[in-house]
Amino acid sequence: MRAISGVLAQFLPGDSPADRVVPPSGFTATLTLFTAAAMAFLAVFALALSLATGRLADRWGNELARTATVRISAPEGQMAAQTAAALRVLETTTGVASARALDDAEQAALLEPWFGPDLPLDQLPIPRLIEVTETAEGFDAQGLRLRLAAEVPGAVLDDHTRWRDPLVRAASRLRLLGWLSLALIGAATAAMITLAAQAALAANAQVITVLRLVGAQDGYIARAFVRRFAARGLAGGALGTALGCLAILALPPARIEGGFLTGLGFQGWHWGLPLLIPPLAGLVAHAATRSAARRTLEKMP
Amino acid sequence: MIELEGVGYSYGGGELLGDVSLSLAPGSFHFLTGPSGSGKTTLLKLCYGALVPTAGQVRLFGQDRREMSRDDIAMARRRIGVVHQDCQFLDHLDVAENIALPLAVSGRDLLAEEANLRELIGWVGLRARAQARPPELSGGERQRAALARAVIMSPDAVLADEPTGNIDWEMSERLMRLLIELNRMGKTILIATHDLALIRAAKAHVQTRVLRIAGRRLQLAGADL
Repeated sequence: MRAISGVLAQFLPGDSPADRVVPPSGFTATLTLFTAAAMAFLAVFALALSLATGRLADRWGNELARTATVRISAPEGQMAAQTAAALRVLETTTGVASARALDDAEQAALLEPWFGPDLPLDQLPIPRLIEVTETAEGFDAQGLRLRLAAEVPGAVLDDHTRWRDPLVRAASRLRLLGWLSLALIGAATAAMITLAAQAALAANAQVITVLRLVGAQDGYIARAFVRRFAARGLAGGALGTALGCLAILALPPARIEGGFLTGLGFQGWHWGLPLLIPPLAGLVAHAATRSAARRTLEKMP
Repeated sequence: MIELEGVGYSYGGGELLGDVSLSLAPGSFHFLTGPSGSGKTTLLKLCYGALVPTAGQVRLFGQDRREMSRDDIAMARRRIGVVHQDCQFLDHLDVAENIALPLAVSGRDLLAEEANLRELIGWVGLRARAQARPPELSGGERQRAALARAVIMSPDAVLADEPTGNIDWEMSERLMRLLIELNRMGKTILIATHDLALIRAAKAHVQTRVLRIAGRRLQLAGADL
């Protein structure tokens, strides 16, 4: 009789008796676990892509939105005078917070990625660059261009709009692509788990017949499958997320030279976001199995 | 309790049963006979709501079968114990778990039912086999386990479909004694069988009504039974 007590203990509330009535083995268990793990792994990368492109768009947007560059191209001997004239114009322009000419070392650093170190700037006809920082209100770019054209013939104003906007747009699209990928991963996970759940329900048709014979309601039968698949979705999601995070950690660290690609990862509190993937995988598995179970049970006699 | 009024059932264009009227009153004992394929199992399935009649009306505990939802049917099944010839167990659960299954699916407090379960397993003589898996049981043991599962919810009626079809005479008699005992406790019994010797043996101990399906119609059996 001790055995019977053991049996009853397995059916006790909290021990999910509904789970016990479905045979534990079957290929659907492996399929669900693998699908959830693979999709969670991909979801980590999609999330990282979204966040990285988001950071990129913000950086480009913020850093470049409030700055402009004045380029002075003048014959040797007039460079200093035209630079000084341009600075005077800028100092008296409403909306310009500050303006300063880059020194030779800064200009050499800008060109170093293309020409290497020790560039002899004094022997090359390199234009002088003036970095302009705007106030919050900004300046009238068209008006400034006209003034510069009148007073400093060799000055050209570049307010970055021309190339900043497409970059920010591209980064925003990439971010959207990342979120879209996450949605598609969720939908694909739901579809795969639905198929697995339907296969499990079909394979256990005899179990369902017996359960109905002894008075089980559809909700009870559905729960037996739903809880199991949700648990597998959660476990697979956790496994895939862990592997995805390890893979992200293994990426080279973000460096200026590497640009966007080496910045593909999580920073700061963003490392907490992948923790949402396993419960979401569990929820998706729960919803997909519940829907599949209800549809299948409705069709069964 | 279970009433059939002018019930017909057709499947695939052919009529399996026609114009069947039957009332299973509380505490009554019925045998249902007829040759193989005559529709005994179909009639039993109509009686516990597994089939919906194509003509006439089936009422389970006062409810029209056609108007019952699947959950209503499930609730009615808890009041009707069913024993199939092939028993229909869950082979990954042991005998005690299978017998306790109706309690589990109905959300009953299983600890509170432990004494009843022990008593029931003892009553059907399976105390030593409680931990065995269904495939390890003999035909007679399976039938007794199925009977225990059918009555663990203390149903109002027990329906058995050829319960002695796969077991020897001695085991058949033992099973019949259990069914008669249940009837004496006030349970309604309906047994579908083609074993006329079993019916005669039962009639010596309990008042029964013997029905026969012939030509897709239900009729009272002759005096020879």
